[in-house]
Amino acid sequence: MADTKIVVDCSTGEVSEIELTAEEVAQRTADANAYADQKAAENADKATKAADKAALLERLGITAEEATLLLG
Amino acid sequence: MGTTFTKIASVSVGVLGASSIDFSSIPSTYTDLCVKISARDLAASGSLYVCVNGTTQTNQTMRRLEGSGSAASSDSQSSIFFPIDGSSQTSNTFANTEIYIPNYAGSTNKSMSIDNVTENNATQAFADLIAALWSQTTAINRLNFQCNSSFVQYSTATLYGVSKS
Repeated sequence: MADTKIVVDCSTGEVSEIELTAEEVAQRTADANAYADQKAAENADKATKAADKAALLERLGITAEEATLLLG
Repeated sequence: MGTTFTKIASVSVGVLGASSIDFSSIPSTYTDLCVKISARDLAASGSLYVCVNGTTQTNQTMRRLEGSGSAASSDSQSSIFFPIDGSSQTSNTFANTEIYIPNYAGSTNKSMSIDNVTENNATQAFADLIAALWSQTTAINRLNFQCNSSFVQYSTATLYGVSKS
C-alpha cells in the first residue's frame, strides 16, 4: 500500500508526491473500515430480505414467478 | 449557450501508486467543474471517496441508483463514494467516472452529479448514477479523491473548468 499522495496545485500546475501524515493514514483506515462495515451490513440486509421472501413464498405455496404474476 | 471545457490539471499515477489524488488551489473563475477519472484500487474491492475542501467526508449526502450486473438498487448514504475496479476484477481494467459540479464557487450548498461504471469480464460490474450534496456554502477550492488502498499505476484524473457564455 502506497503511503504517498499526489497533490496538484492548480494555481501553478505543480504536481507533488507527498508522504501521508499519521492522521491521514488513520483517516484512510477509518474510511476503509467504515465502508467495509457498511457493505457487510448491506449484504446482511439483502440476505435477510431474500430469506424472508423465500420463507413467505414457501408459506404461501407459490413460486417467485407466480408472486410476480399476482402483483403485476 | 456556448460551453467551454478548459483542462485545469491532470494526474497520471506512477508505478508506486498513490493513496489519494488531491487538486488544490482550484481557481474560482469558472462556472462549473468537471472531473473525469479512470481508476483502479489495489484493494480487492475498490471504492473511491470524494472529499471537498479537505480530506474528510463531512457534510455529505448522496442518493444512488446502482446496477450490479444482476440487480438494480437505490440507496442513500451520508458520504460520497462509489465502487471502482479492484484486484478482484479483471486485470488491467479501470472504472470510469465523471463528476460534474455546477456553481462550485457560488454561495449555496454544492450539488454533484456522478456517473460511474466499473469494468469486469464477469457478471458483476457496477453502474452508478449519483446525486450528491456537499452541504456547505463556501466555494470549492480543493477536491481530494481517496480509495480503499491505493490507486494503481495508470489511474488518471483530469479536472476541467467549465465556462458558459
